[in-house]
Amino acid sequence: MDFLRPAGWEEALAAKAEHPTAVPIAGGTDVMVEINFGHRRPEYLLDLTRIPELHEWETGEDGVRLGASVPYTKIMENLRAELPGLALASHTVASPQIRNRGGVGGNLGTASPAGDAHPALLAAGAEVEAESVRGSRLIPIDAFYTGVKRNALQPDELIRAVHVRKADGPQQFSKVGTRNAMVIAVCAFGLALHPDTRTVRTGIGSAAPTPIRARAAEEFLNAALEEGGSWDSGKAVTPSVAQRFAELCSAACAPIDDVRGTADYRRHAVGVMARRTLTWTWESYRDTSKGAS
Amino acid sequence: MRVNLTVNGRPQQADDVWEGESLLYVLRERLGLPGSKNACEQGECGSCTVLLDGVPVCSCLVAAGQAEGREVVTVEGLADHAGRRAGGTGARTGEGAGLAPIQQAFIDAGAVQCGFCTPGLLVAADEMLERNPDPTDEDIREALSGNLCRCTGYEKIMDAVRLAAARQSEGGRA
Ligand SMILES: Cc1cc2nc3c(=O)[nH]c(=O)nc-3n(C[C@H](O)[C@H](O)[C@H](O)COP(=O)(O)OP(=O)(O)OC[C@H]3O[C@@H](n4cnc5c(N)ncnc54)[C@H](O)[C@@H]3O)c2cc1C
Ligand code: FES
Ligand code: FES
Repeated sequence: MDFLRPAGWEEALAAKAEHPTAVPIAGGTDVMVEINFGHRRPEYLLDLTRIPELHEWETGEDGVRLGASVPYTKIMENLRAELPGLALASHTVASPQIRNRGGVGGNLGTASPAGDAHPALLAAGAEVEAESVRGSRLIPIDAFYTGVKRNALQPDELIRAVHVRKADGPQQFSKVGTRNAMVIAVCAFGLALHPDTRTVRTGIGSAAPTPIRARAAEEFLNAALEEGGSWDSGKAVTPSVAQRFAELCSAACAPIDDVRGTADYRRHAVGVMARRTLTWTWESYRDTSKGAS
Repeated sequence: MRVNLTVNGRPQQADDVWEGESLLYVLRERLGLPGSKNACEQGECGSCTVLLDGVPVCSCLVAAGQAEGREVVTVEGLADHAGRRAGGTGARTGEGAGLAPIQQAFIDAGAVQCGFCTPGLLVAADEMLERNPDPTDEDIREALSGNLCRCTGYEKIMDAVRLAAARQSEGGRA
């Protein structure tokens, strides 16, 4: 094994181009587990922890460009206003020790259906900034997850950053597990209201081969809110609308039975989380819009 | 490969380090510092917790090469670390030359049974008290949520951290 230790981003891209099989290691909270247990013996480890840009974020007019290695702890502490869904999701990851090391770049690299950043990124609307010596491109988050633990990165590409739209309305994240700390999600749900475009977006974790959006549910809710003039009036979402939204979210799932839960349970729990997060976010939207008028 | 790092304030060098090796392994097997414990090697138990550039991490999940040039504090250096923070009052120098307040509190509160989880809990608890001198029970539970103990049932550990916090604020006032 070789340990590659680029001191800068360009050097890292060159190393990845030269050794496309090199395994990037950021926080190491996925990679080291695999190495410790002998599940992985990469020829090259490509250490990304010495590249300052990856640990930084920039807040622009519309969004945040979040460096791939910004640890979850920093997201929770610094980006709660701009990225509330992702901050909530970050807080549910593992433990303080893991959150001090692990970040969104690693979560995307692993692309586990259970990764907690994914539902929040899907709901907020995000793009993954991938770069290689050939150039840089933005991959829409909806196109990023290509299969179970597979993503759209080319072998010579690294994730530079994630561009996440700044919240223009309330966002929620909900996760089912056996306790508060140190649990891989049985299933998870992210919801973001986007009053600027009068749309809602969802993200579902651990209930399909990849993280997914519940598109039919989003379309149904968008139409229901539009029809009722609800974005303007701020009137409550009726129980029947919430119920239908929940059913459509459940129906979007393609879960499996595994040690953490059964497929039936996951479908059910996603529906419950969808209804609850809709209630929480909509109530919060009503409060703020009432305050504004 | 060779890895150079600072451990408990001292420059250290480890040779013949395998590229996939963890910082925990380097500390225990190459640098003769067995205080950090190896229980799970997968980030679940926290018994390997050390400070890496001041931040609590699971040393079993840090690749040795990632620690190159960095500063590590292990439980062996905790008394010194806490002493320096307190401005050298009651200064004790050298490893094992004394106990950090959090260590004394664990003993006084009876928070140590088999002791396997203790080093990691001490490092995590000490760092929390540094950041947050007046923690609520909720803060303590959160800060220690990455550390498992199979013996105590955690109540005595809670007592110990509350005790250390109380002593720290008394000390500050005196
Ligand atoms: C005890 C424990 C509990 C956990 N609990 C959770 C949890 O609750 N929720 C959750 O979502 N995850 C959890 N995880 C998994 C892990 O912490 C996360 O996936 C984390 O986001 C990984 O980030 P990292 O920086 O540590 O990644 P690393 O381990 O460094 O890398 C992960 C993958 O991403 C690749 N990679 C990293 N950075 C880049 C980059 N810039 N460009 C291209 N590829 C890259 C690596 O090659 C690797 O394949 C847990 C892990 C442990 C050990
Ligand atoms: S040995 Fe590192 S967390 Fe258990
Ligand atoms: S005292 Fe035995 S594991 Fe905590």
